[in-house]
Amino acid sequence: MSSLTITLCSLLYLSILFGIAFWAERRSRQGGSLLNSPYFYALSLAVYCTAWTFYGSVGRAASGGIEFLSVYIGPTLTVPLWWSVLRKIIRICKVQRITSIADFISARYGKNRGIGVMITILCVIGIIPYISIQLKAIAESFAVLSGQSLVGPTPIWLSDQSFYMTLILAAFTILFGTRKLEATERHEGLVTAIAFESVIKLIAFVAVGVYVTYGLFDGPADIFGRAGKLPELRQHFVFHSGHSTTEWLWYIVLSMPAILFLPRQFQVAVVENVDERHLNKAMWLFPLYMFVICLFVLPLAFGGKLILNNPIDDADVYVLSLPLHFGEKGLALLAYIGGFSAASSMIIVETTALSVMISNNLVMPLLVSRPSWQKQIGNAWSTFVINIRRLAILGMLLLAYEYYREVSHHFSLVSVGMMSFAAVAQFTPAIIGGIYWKRGSQAGARLGLILGASVWFYTLIVPTLVTAGLLPAHWMTEGPMGQGWLRPYTLFGLQGFDPISHSVFWSFFVNIGGYVWGSLYRPQSPLDHNQAVLFVDVFEYARRYDSSVAWKGKVLVSDLNALLTTFFGEERATRAMERYMRKHQLNTQNYLAESRLVNYTEKLLAGAVGTASARILISSVAKEEPIALDEVIKILKVSHELLTVNKELRRKSIELEKLTAQLQEANELLKAADQQKDDFLSTVTHEIRTPITAIRALSEILHDNDEMDQETRRHFLGTIIKESERLTRLINQVLDLERIESGRNKLLMEPADMAAVIQDAVESVEQLATDKRMQLEVVNTCPDTTLVVDRDRIMQVLINLLSNAIKFCEEDKGHILVRADLQGMWYVVAVADNGHGIDPRYHALIFEKFYQTQDRNTRKPKGSGLGLAITRKILELHNGSIEVESRPDQGATFIVRLPLTQFERLASVQELG
Amino acid sequence: MLKVLIADDEPNILMSLEFLMKKEGYRVYIARDGGEAFDLIQQEKPDLLLLDIMMPRMDGYELCQFVKQHPDYRHAKVIFLSAKSKDLDVQKGYDVGGDLYIPKPFSTRDLIAKINQLKAAA
Repeated sequence: MSSLTITLCSLLYLSILFGIAFWAERRSRQGGSLLNSPYFYALSLAVYCTAWTFYGSVGRAASGGIEFLSVYIGPTLTVPLWWSVLRKIIRICKVQRITSIADFISARYGKNRGIGVMITILCVIGIIPYISIQLKAIAESFAVLSGQSLVGPTPIWLSDQSFYMTLILAAFTILFGTRKLEATERHEGLVTAIAFESVIKLIAFVAVGVYVTYGLFDGPADIFGRAGKLPELRQHFVFHSGHSTTEWLWYIVLSMPAILFLPRQFQVAVVENVDERHLNKAMWLFPLYMFVICLFVLPLAFGGKLILNNPIDDADVYVLSLPLHFGEKGLALLAYIGGFSAASSMIIVETTALSVMISNNLVMPLLVSRPSWQKQIGNAWSTFVINIRRLAILGMLLLAYEYYREVSHHFSLVSVGMMSFAAVAQFTPAIIGGIYWKRGSQAGARLGLILGASVWFYTLIVPTLVTAGLLPAHWMTEGPMGQGWLRPYTLFGLQGFDPISHSVFWSFFVNIGGYVWGSLYRPQSPLDHNQAVLFVDVFEYARRYDSSVAWKGKVLVSDLNALLTTFFGEERATRAMERYMRKHQLNTQNYLAESRLVNYTEKLLAGAVGTASARILISSVAKEEPIALDEVIKILKVSHELLTVNKELRRKSIELEKLTAQLQEANELLKAADQQKDDFLSTVTHEIRTPITAIRALSEILHDNDEMDQETRRHFLGTIIKESERLTRLINQVLDLERIESGRNKLLMEPADMAAVIQDAVESVEQLATDKRMQLEVVNTCPDTTLVVDRDRIMQVLINLLSNAIKFCEEDKGHILVRADLQGMWYVVAVADNGHGIDPRYHALIFEKFYQTQDRNTRKPKGSGLGLAITRKILELHNGSIEVESRPDQGATFIVRLPLTQFERLASVQELG
Repeated sequence: MLKVLIADDEPNILMSLEFLMKKEGYRVYIARDGGEAFDLIQQEKPDLLLLDIMMPRMDGYELCQFVKQHPDYRHAKVIFLSAKSKDLDVQKGYDVGGDLYIPKPFSTRDLIAKINQLKAAA
């Protein structure tokens, strides 16, 4: 493919990126910000996957198998902690207007300038090589795609296309990364573009993966099967010796802090976060993203080895060379764009984040502490700060480009990336200690950082300087000045580690040791302690930040106003001031500022120039009085007490709400009970009206018609008697049910021979069955069971069930079976008939009072509609139960269960024995 | 000879009403549920309907509504005889076009008197 085509495609891609960024910024100005969606947040986190992932993973997998996974497993393992750690960091940064990792650490340890400077320098040194390998990746992929040789950069940089690419990337970053001064205002366009790039690189990588796995091979099984036949590849299926297992472990440890503390990760995860709740989605979406992008790494590595197995082909670029080898130019171009997006997203975010650190933590503290320099800049501060950042971006990219041309060919993608990880990992003790340990002090943080960074430099950077020929080679073999214990790769004689693990071990050791020692033995300054409490207990103080910062002194309101105007311009400064005054109902005419206003101003300034510079600026206009530690504690206590009172009030009001809800619920229950009573009453009256209607009508007819024939008269009189009986039965049952339900009718519990109870019940309905020529059969498998029951009530239950069975069976054909069994803890009586049965829909309903079938095709059942309700109630009072098994036209079986008591169970076991 | 249709799912009430109406000189048709009543209305076009409300298959309200909306049967007088005696139920009876709503239990003399009044008014 010609260089021109590739260049045009790269430019086209970049212009799409420009377009997206412009569009997103315009949209957000119109109020339709895309970043309110958690998906954009999760995708922007994927800036973690750089060219190192896109190209390097495959290269690494080709030489080391699944080892490449360590840097994805590490971050995944940290994900469960995000809800506590990351959320806390985000909250702290929002409250204190912190805009970079350097600012975060320096703010925590007494807004110390030195710490900010140290962190910034460490980041720049650690990360410029990392940026340079992105440039290298772009250049190499360009070379592979255009068919040029891989000899490295052309000697003259003006003819090197990667130089121009670097400039374009710098332009993009400057345009979207340094738009406004206040860095807490988010980079809408930038983040949207990054999220877009994350999608592109994923699609491109997966596309090549699918092409190789399913196009060139017959799926993963095929690739792994063939790779398994080559001993050279088979060894990658497993871990080798102990050596690589430790390496694996250290790499995982190393990548854990990287996911949060690399400047670009801190930028997207913390500074650009618009809503803490986005973490919920990101916590599963981001690991999923890494999982998907890692899925095809091994197939690509093995596929590349199997197809292009010669030393010329660099495994790092299999993603490109495999499609090219088979003439798939379109796919190769897509892969190139994917790699380009991976590299460019990293470069853009990383340089933006670093530029803020350089301006706020390196340059500004210097400038603002010199009144003479301050004067020179005058009112042009905000443009000045932005210009510093622009210069920083350009400078860093040029440095990275230079590093790529001069140094980077000595090292692989992976080793350089790991060096950066190791540098950033040095922040871990200071950050984690800083947000969970109030005693963590400035002295401790400084000591830990200095020691950790020095060891990191000595064990990882010094060897590269030796390789580059800048230091004598005998340093590596014999140690500097012949001191063997100082050899950079085997410090203090520690052998058997690879360089990265070795460095991480020693640097963590001295870093954590120094941090803890310094914190324990060097006291905190008042400001240090104040910040420590505000960091560790951020969730308690977040809403009362301004009054929780201890400050004593005199400042003129007009001076504060002037400071804000210098950095934000007249309009925004006035607006911010007025908003604050209104919120706290302060008098704008006040001459002296109270401490809350001072803190508020300092916080605003911190968002623009960093916490340390903001501190210096405030000091420059204030007559500050030294504040003692106990005063800090007092202020915190007052603030905390207010908070507690607030909390108490809230708790009380929640309790009240709960109580109200409970009352409401009780009221509802009462209403429901009332309604039930009403319903019952109206059903009962309705049921009573029916027989009375017949009785009254028939009696009146008899009364008014003397001339009726004798037979009709007898028939009518008979009907009146039957309806009266029906009425009596109904009334008795209503009273019965009422007595049982209200508990007024106590059960008369006494031992009863169940066989006899059943026999008596059967005898009392036998005549009825015989009249209808039905069969009535009893099977008793446990004839000698005695239960403690209310004998008459149980009789009533059985008679009710038996008469129901007779009622619903056809004459002549009816067959009713009563069966008694012992089942575990239960005495079970089943009454089965072969009548018309009951639709399962009604099985639960028939035990309700006055249940009338909703099925309008069946006639009303005869009887009061209370029999089964009473039956169930009686059994419930015996701690028993009743249920029905039935199908339409297949008869019904009512099953009664009565519990056996301890004594009865014992008796039944003895009988069995 | 005027035709009366009596619909009720209580056989003993049916029996008494049948006796009464025969004595009044009506030709009497008996329905033991709403469905039977519905068929008989169309077959016999009765002049008077004595309807219970709660019946299987079709209730009294539905029957009345059908009768009053159909040009062939509209002339018939409808009297509800129901154990439902709430104001709402009575109101609904008149809303669907019933001519009279008599709660159960009723007086037979009163019922006959009211039927005769209806006949005279028509």
